[in-house]
Amino acid sequence: MKENKQKIVIAVTALNAIDSPGPGVAVIRAIRECTDFDVRIIGLSYESLEPGLYMHDLVDKTYQIPYPTAGTDALLGRLQYIHEKENLELIIPNFDAELFNFIKLRDTLKKMGIATFMPDLDQFEARDKMKLLNFGKKHGFEVPEDKIIHEFRELAKIEEDFDFPLVVKGKFYDAIIANTMEQAEKAYYKILSKWGLPIIVQEFIKGTEINIAALGDGEGNAISVIPMRKLYITDKGKAWAGITLDDETYIELARKFIQVTKWRGGCELEVMLSNDGKPYIMEVNPRFPAWIYLTAAAGQNQPASLVKMALGQKVEPFTDYEVGKIFVRYAWDLITDIREFQKISGNGEL
Amino acid sequence: MRVRKNIATSDEGFLFNPTTGDSFSTNAIGAEIILLMKKDIPTSEVVDTICEKYDVDKALFERDLEEFTLQLKGNSILE
Repeated sequence: MKENKQKIVIAVTALNAIDSPGPGVAVIRAIRECTDFDVRIIGLSYESLEPGLYMHDLVDKTYQIPYPTAGTDALLGRLQYIHEKENLELIIPNFDAELFNFIKLRDTLKKMGIATFMPDLDQFEARDKMKLLNFGKKHGFEVPEDKIIHEFRELAKIEEDFDFPLVVKGKFYDAIIANTMEQAEKAYYKILSKWGLPIIVQEFIKGTEINIAALGDGEGNAISVIPMRKLYITDKGKAWAGITLDDETYIELARKFIQVTKWRGGCELEVMLSNDGKPYIMEVNPRFPAWIYLTAAAGQNQPASLVKMALGQKVEPFTDYEVGKIFVRYAWDLITDIREFQKISGNGEL
Repeated sequence: MRVRKNIATSDEGFLFNPTTGDSFSTNAIGAEIILLMKKDIPTSEVVDTICEKYDVDKALFERDLEEFTLQLKGNSILE
């Protein structure tokens, strides 16, 4: 007897599988591995050389979409065009910078028949880097002390509040450890030129860096929590290899985060286990991490569970996963043809 | 001198701490000592077992064992 599996059309962003990779390719890989449904994957790209565009065994068709700075109207116009062609059922955005626009469009997309499974704007903004300290204090999480700097002269006074080393961070990305005032000033200007103001100065927490991938159902339940320790870190601080851990401290931390925020969708908690054993939340990324395939490999397929919940299915929380599961990332020279490049560059479709 | 319950060990001397993600390799004699430690026997019994099996000076082995134990404790392998 032939099994009739549901074929779902899913659009996925963040196909930049580079040295600082987006999560899109890993999300697609995990979804394709789930045997509960068949999928047609529509890639949504920003640039013509995102490697995921050319991975035709993973991505069936790709459309370029406007940069987040173009705003929601431009994005909606493009999504309407794509929807007419592909009849999208679900969109999974995976970039921090694009999430705001997608969250704003959620109701409109729903009316079009396109599901999403993202945090609300309030949830999204509460965990923002700039508000992390207040968030931690409000809910009883350990978070590093920080100060938001709006002009250079505020930096000069920073020694009154912080000891060195300290961390100078951009509002979207980048973090530089400064051991002296001179280094802090250099870091300030470097980050200012890339990300603008304000700049965050944060207490330096010495310890072991742990990352946690978690999936919330939007009602306060953690469907899946997988802690991972980076085994090999690139010069951009990205995990090039990592291993799943067995420590209830991290699982409880992520459960509590999802419970208090009623988080809907995937997220990554960046945690520093201090040398005196306290787990500090350093940052909360409001989407799946690039290493998300490890959750599927360890027995908790978070992207596939997100698909099910987005389509209205009830998913029970996972209770077990494989500890000591390792991922080792690698670079691969994918060969394509100028005609393919021309299609995506010229027509915005591939 | 007790090996933590969650530490995974192999006969070849590979140790894995699933709480921290750290892994270690010991040589053959280290592996043998850890397998003895996992039996929760007194240190004196570990010393006697090894000294009976191998031609080793007891005082010297006790000193080496102490050093090895400190390393294992430092890496959270022993309680």
